[in-house]
Amino acid sequence: MRDERDLRYSKTHEWVDMSDDNTAYIGIDDFAQSEMGDIVFINLPDVGDTVEAGEVFGDVESVKAVSDLISPVSGKVIEVNEELIDNPGLINEEPYEAWMIKVEDAQEADGLMDRAEMDSFIENEK
Amino acid sequence: MGTYIPNTEKEQEKMLEAAGYKDFEDLFSCIPEGLIYKKELNLPEGKSEMQVLCEMEGLAEKNKVMRHVFRGAGAYNHYIPAIVKSVVSKEEFITAYTPYQAEISQGILQSIFEYQTDICELTGMDVANASVYDAGTAAAEAVNMCRDRKHSGCLVSEAVLPQVSGVIKTYCFAGDTPYQTIPLKDGVTDTEELEQLLSENSGTACVYIQNPNYFGLFEDVEKIAQITHEHGAKLVVGVNPISLGIVKTPGESGADIAVGDGQPLGLPLGFGGPYIGFMACRKELMRNLPGRIVGQTEDSEGQKAFVLTLQAREQHIRREKAGSNICSNEALCALTAGVYLAAVGADGLEKTALHCMSKAAYLKNALEKIGFSPVFDRPFFHEFVTECPADASLISAEMEQRGYLTGLPIDNNRLLWCATEKNTKDEIDGMITVLKEVLAK
Amino acid sequence: MKLIFEKGNEGRGLQLLPDLDVPEVEIAEGMKRSKKPALAKVSETEISRHYTELANRSYGVNNGFYPLGSCTMKYNPKVNDLAAGLKGLTDIHPLQSEETTQGSLAVIKELSDALCEINGMDAFTLQPAAGAHGEFTGLLLIKAYLHEKGETGRTKIIVPDSAHGTNPASASMCGFEVINVPSGSDGCVDTQALREAVGDDTAGLMLTNPNTVGLFDKNIKEITDIIHDAGGLCYYDGANLNAIMGICRPGDMGFDVIHVNLHKTFSTPHGGGGPGSGPVGCKEFLAPFLPGHVVEEKDSMYSLVRPSRSVGDVKVFHGNFLVAVRALSYILTLGKDGIKKTSQAAVLNANYMRVMLKDTFDMAYDETCMHEFVMDLSRMKEETGCSALDFAKGLLDYGIHPPTMYFPLIVHEALMAEPTETETRETLDEAVRIFSELAKKAKENPESLHAAPQGTPIGRPDEVAAARNPIVRFMAD
Repeated sequence: MRDERDLRYSKTHEWVDMSDDNTAYIGIDDFAQSEMGDIVFINLPDVGDTVEAGEVFGDVESVKAVSDLISPVSGKVIEVNEELIDNPGLINEEPYEAWMIKVEDAQEADGLMDRAEMDSFIENEK
Repeated sequence: MGTYIPNTEKEQEKMLEAAGYKDFEDLFSCIPEGLIYKKELNLPEGKSEMQVLCEMEGLAEKNKVMRHVFRGAGAYNHYIPAIVKSVVSKEEFITAYTPYQAEISQGILQSIFEYQTDICELTGMDVANASVYDAGTAAAEAVNMCRDRKHSGCLVSEAVLPQVSGVIKTYCFAGDTPYQTIPLKDGVTDTEELEQLLSENSGTACVYIQNPNYFGLFEDVEKIAQITHEHGAKLVVGVNPISLGIVKTPGESGADIAVGDGQPLGLPLGFGGPYIGFMACRKELMRNLPGRIVGQTEDSEGQKAFVLTLQAREQHIRREKAGSNICSNEALCALTAGVYLAAVGADGLEKTALHCMSKAAYLKNALEKIGFSPVFDRPFFHEFVTECPADASLISAEMEQRGYLTGLPIDNNRLLWCATEKNTKDEIDGMITVLKEVLAK
Repeated sequence: MKLIFEKGNEGRGLQLLPDLDVPEVEIAEGMKRSKKPALAKVSETEISRHYTELANRSYGVNNGFYPLGSCTMKYNPKVNDLAAGLKGLTDIHPLQSEETTQGSLAVIKELSDALCEINGMDAFTLQPAAGAHGEFTGLLLIKAYLHEKGETGRTKIIVPDSAHGTNPASASMCGFEVINVPSGSDGCVDTQALREAVGDDTAGLMLTNPNTVGLFDKNIKEITDIIHDAGGLCYYDGANLNAIMGICRPGDMGFDVIHVNLHKTFSTPHGGGGPGSGPVGCKEFLAPFLPGHVVEEKDSMYSLVRPSRSVGDVKVFHGNFLVAVRALSYILTLGKDGIKKTSQAAVLNANYMRVMLKDTFDMAYDETCMHEFVMDLSRMKEETGCSALDFAKGLLDYGIHPPTMYFPLIVHEALMAEPTETETRETLDEAVRIFSELAKKAKENPESLHAAPQGTPIGRPDEVAAARNPIVRFMAD
């Protein structure tokens, strides 16, 4: 299980799980999934594509909305969570287990926050 | 004189008063004075229903209905079963809006779901949308569907209905998409030239051909699909739905997207519209498909239910990122096509296709005997091109005066002919006789 | 209810064609489809009953009140259908000669001229098949015009955040970048924000007026001036034209190019989603770029002329001609007086309903509206838990088509109602009564609204399941 307290967050509600070898898992936070409602489709990059911090790397769709996924890191996509493509509802069920892409040589974007900072950011956003 | 406002002037006065307005001027006082149009519109006085109908009849009479039609070129004169007109004149279908409120729109949603099924069956594809405007916009939207980060640009066969390639070209200008044509050999798409063009233009998104093509000829779709795919592009094939009663489907031939005009499926010639553009594709491309799509689901009680689905593709949600702006489509024409296909069934569609082909072959032979030599010697469906013993436009004009719409003049000395199940042997023989008289003049 | 494919049986069908009277031609084996399409196998009786059942499970303007905002669901006069069914109009091939199609060309010419007059424009094309198609066409005129002037650096189209989704989508299709400008608190264009958004990269502005919240933007002339001063062009989305015909004209507001929806303003039916028609009009300087052919008259003869610098074709042939026939028949019926009266009555009906409802519901903008008004149900949702969606579903049980939900996006819990001019005062009074009763129900028994509708052929469908596992065609087992 991934502990949400160990993750880093962007203002656009993506989380990063960065390991020591600079491999990062990326997903969206609980706030984002609950705002979206039932997610019905996810559009992700291909393995081998590069992502840029602050740039769109895919999108998630609910029945009545679509939201861009903004990458919190720069790097190369080495794995894509195929399970989410078949079952996007997992993002609603366990947002912190539902990683979307795995990025190698990941460079974090500026301004990512820890859990406590993120909580107060969300509080202010309301 | 005539309006469709039920409330009388007196009633309107009371309503104005109840809403707190002195008069209409007061009601419209939120419009800046300087913008108010002070003059009377330069239009005639309103008329009674009887006068209007009479005037419209007068306009209709200024047209000449051709009793004998031997022209196609994108608009085909087919038999429309009586049940078709009866069903599509039901007010609940005609006067409904887009079925966004699924609970009270199951009828229209189901009719579209049935239409989507019909189109998939005809084309051999996995998914069809609820329609776009016509063959041209279907083709252009299909070309747009094929674009991605790595692929842009389209190659369009020169044997495509010019109005359709024209629309593709316009959409390409709009979207800054490269557009090139593929030359022909013996009236069909030149596969060697295609290979060459694909090699020269790496990153081409799609190839567009029509089968049967503009000249009525069958293309080698399988070979073109193979070449196209070898170069990483997608193949879009424009088809005639009647021909699919017998002809190998785009799905079987390896196409990625099939499009066409559903006009032959129960819609009148109507001086060009409304017609209906159908679009079908392989399931991998489903999310690129523009326009509305109806899906099956269940309601809270577990009853079968239909809804508009995959809406996040569409403009009202995706806005500037949507693949297409389409909103209104041709739903009533989709209903028409659905009723037509239910009426003819698979056997009837096959019979209609065979009649078309057979009458066209008979017409071609008959024309050849009086000096209209065929331009191409290849298998064709229900259209073909002949040379003419005299000026093509002149022949066409003379024959029109006699109630015959001949083949379409495509240049000074060639006509593009068409025959359908509606053309009887006697009618063809009669036309040949009149044609001989015209030539003898 | 069964699908048509689940009805009937092998061997059933209609006798439509005679036997072949010429030698039969075989198609070569390699070109033949491997198996027949699985179409319906039904008799005429079954077809007739199937579609009657479908009709009974549909809801049109003939079924009842349809106050669907921004869609102008007015009554569709029957004489228009009669006209559009005349053999002399339906049975005309689009590639017949001009000599034998003078009637059709007259229809196009007369309708185009009338639309020019009503909108204050100089030329019209009837080729676009729908509103969105008109937007695409209009923007294409702007693009072609700018290209010809060598102003290819003008790549941005400004769209207010209250716009219909088609506006930004159309701009994208035409290769423009979309700049969204926020609306002011009054629901109108924030002219200061607009001034900041324009520049030498501005290609144009797309705007609806009356706007999408149903208000007439008083600053309209200033707005179009800002765009023109920056070197851009102004596009008018005619979705809401029904409010202002004969009262003011988009051309006089400073718009250069416009589309109108014949299926809204000019009474042609919506057909369950189409066919519509979205003619595009423009000022003289853009006329050479119009698509397709325009009809010109000379010595009482009509002819089709390709504009000199036409953008090409946006549709095969001459547009949705039989829809244009209906619109012309409508305009002939109304005449100069009736057209103005129509807009007056549309605006009166909307304001009457708004005033009758404003004590019960929060109006998003509490002022005189044009042909439609927006209710904001945020407070109801907070107090009772009943959302705009619940309220809309509740209306279904009363035989009223709900207003447009959740549009425009700038109003939360929006319900936008457009009664149109063809409704009687009694219908409006009854609707007001039902709306108020539902508001009461929301307070007293919110559960009943969450569970609505109850009396419709189906209950609320599971849209999530539909989108997650799309079943988009019938498959026989």
